[in-house]
Amino acid sequence: MLGFVIQRFLQAVLVMVAMSVIVFAGVHAVGNPVDIVIPPDATQDIREEAIRRLGLDRPLWEQYLIFAGNLLEGDFGRSFVYNVPVLELIAGRLPATLELVLISVISATILGVALGVYAGYRPEGWLARTIMAVSVLGFSVPSFWVGLILILTFAVSLGWLPAGGRGETVEILGVPWSFVTLDGLAHIVLPAVNLALFKLAMMIRLARAGTREIMLTDTIKFARAAGIPEGTILRRHLLKLISIPIITVFGLELGSTLAFAVVTETIFSWPGVGKLIIDSIAVLDRPVMVAYLILVAFLFVSINFVIDLLFALIDPRIRARRTA
Amino acid sequence: MTPVLEVADLRTHFLTRAGVVKAVDGVSFALGRGEILGLVGESGSGKTVTGFSLIGLVDPPGRIVGGSIRLEGRELVGLSQPELRRIRGREIAMIFQDPIATLNPLLTIGQQMEMALRAHQRVSPRAAAARSAQLLEQVGIPSAAERLRAYPHQFSGGMRQRVAIAIALLHQPRVIIADEPTTALDVSIQAQILHRMRALARETGTAMVWISHDLAVVSSLASRLLVMYAGRLVEEGPTAEVLRHPRHPYTAGLIASLPAMAPPGAPLRQIPGSTPSLMSLPPGCPFRPRCARASAACAQMPPLARAGARAWACHRPEEA
Ligand SMILES: Nc1ncnc2c1ncn2[C@@H]1O[C@H](COP(=O)(O)OP(=O)(O)O)[C@@H](O)[C@H]1O
Ligand code: SF4
Ligand SMILES: [Mg+2]
Repeated sequence: MLGFVIQRFLQAVLVMVAMSVIVFAGVHAVGNPVDIVIPPDATQDIREEAIRRLGLDRPLWEQYLIFAGNLLEGDFGRSFVYNVPVLELIAGRLPATLELVLISVISATILGVALGVYAGYRPEGWLARTIMAVSVLGFSVPSFWVGLILILTFAVSLGWLPAGGRGETVEILGVPWSFVTLDGLAHIVLPAVNLALFKLAMMIRLARAGTREIMLTDTIKFARAAGIPEGTILRRHLLKLISIPIITVFGLELGSTLAFAVVTETIFSWPGVGKLIIDSIAVLDRPVMVAYLILVAFLFVSINFVIDLLFALIDPRIRARRTA
Repeated sequence: MTPVLEVADLRTHFLTRAGVVKAVDGVSFALGRGEILGLVGESGSGKTVTGFSLIGLVDPPGRIVGGSIRLEGRELVGLSQPELRRIRGREIAMIFQDPIATLNPLLTIGQQMEMALRAHQRVSPRAAAARSAQLLEQVGIPSAAERLRAYPHQFSGGMRQRVAIAIALLHQPRVIIADEPTTALDVSIQAQILHRMRALARETGTAMVWISHDLAVVSSLASRLLVMYAGRLVEEGPTAEVLRHPRHPYTAGLIASLPAMAPPGAPLRQIPGSTPSLMSLPPGCPFRPRCARASAACAQMPPLARAGARAWACHRPEEA
């Protein structure tokens, strides 16, 4: 098992190196930031001075090496636009995205698995049919449209919940969080529901399909033949047996939502990283884009790593294959 | 002596969209204390459905539509699922054909045995482990206490079936339904398990319904035979007598097709044709299309005739 962890760790490092090259080259190809950062009426001298200061006059491979060296020291460079360290900029926005995404993905998973298991356990009942209808809806309605409807209904017409912003925040470990105040929670509800709907639908489907399949197996029949209560069968046998696809999708959704919650963040004026990256792309703020994409790559690599470890924890056969 | 299990006119039908499948249609028998009863018939004749009916676990759209199952005099047909659950595993247990599929691959043997123990009694983890290890030893698993921490994939098929048998024996049930438990195993392992089961039945006084499509296996184990065809019992009697003088042509066909019955080098004599669909059986004797002795009278359903310990459902039985 330790050998496996080390091997996967080295793989992850390789992936990160490859990603940093691709991201760096890709962003370089997108456009020249000098045109945007420097006023068009600047003299040639000022232009050249700026280019030198930003290091854009050096060959690309040298720019990459400098960039990679700085990365290793934890220095992601400075934003062309805001002229502050990129890491500071992203760290300032990350908590907002983090709390929004964690709340929506976790609650969508818990609720989705509960509803999906029920729908798979009693597939003929009216409640199961209602649950499946809701999941079809969650799949087919576009997210931005749902966001607008949520705002129109709960913020504009009913006036129950605020339409945007983070509300009151409290600093914990020097970072502002909304979920610890009542006002902050009220602000999270609508964007979290908006983000969660699609994931809820997906988790319902996944859990239902898994439940239907597993409940017909001899494992469940044998447990029933031994007189094990239904509740125990669901908790100890079923949940474990359907957990691998659910954990996989949970990890992928967590990663992609953290990286690309931009539609919801825009609709609800949620000051997260999604908005930051869209703004940076608009003005070709290269260090921010590069750092952001590398962080996203890092996020996916880490999540995959954790998922692999979880698989081994759950399934002894995977564990055995890895030690062999 | 009163039988431990009494089944009378059991009928289990599947009400499918395509029609009614009469998987079990009027099965009656009695099982004595500690007796091993063999239930044989070709695949598709309703043996498994009979077994699941006895423990109240028929899959929908199947349902027990009639008859009676008495366990120690207590009627099981009509009991609610929670009531049946308290009986399953404690008074009547079942083991299945495929030992690879029955155990949960993600839980240790010890966890699964503890769960089965806890289904019917409060036990400390230590007591559960002790009892589980004791059972594993009884079914012939060496260094049982250590094996509790192992997962199913670390066991061979035969060993997994022994674990399943140990789980079935945990609460010393009155009756065990064994549904082809050795069919998926090698012949040598099959023989070991048969031997062990016979010894266990004798030691614990547990009665068994041993289901198999293989007459040779059942005959080596059971003191009495039930022969099933198309959802019905067609013959019943002490094993030795049935083998020597079968009364029903179907039983005679099964015996004639045993490998031991064929002269060396000669091909096996299979019964012509195959098990009919149980969806739309024509009236009359269901074996008629395959029967060499069929006559006009066979257009009527033959009743079960009894003589002493023997019974058969045939208008023109073989000579006694
Ligand atoms: N879930 C089900 N739905 C419909 N028919 C079924 C179902 N389960 C079993 N049957 C029918 O019951 C009959 C008897 O099956 P089974 O008891 O498994 O036979 P055996 O164990 O003797 O091979 C089969 O013909 C099968 O078509
Ligand atoms: S009743 Fe007739 S058809 Fe049926 S087994 Fe007997 S002889 Fe054959
Ligand atoms: Mg069967």
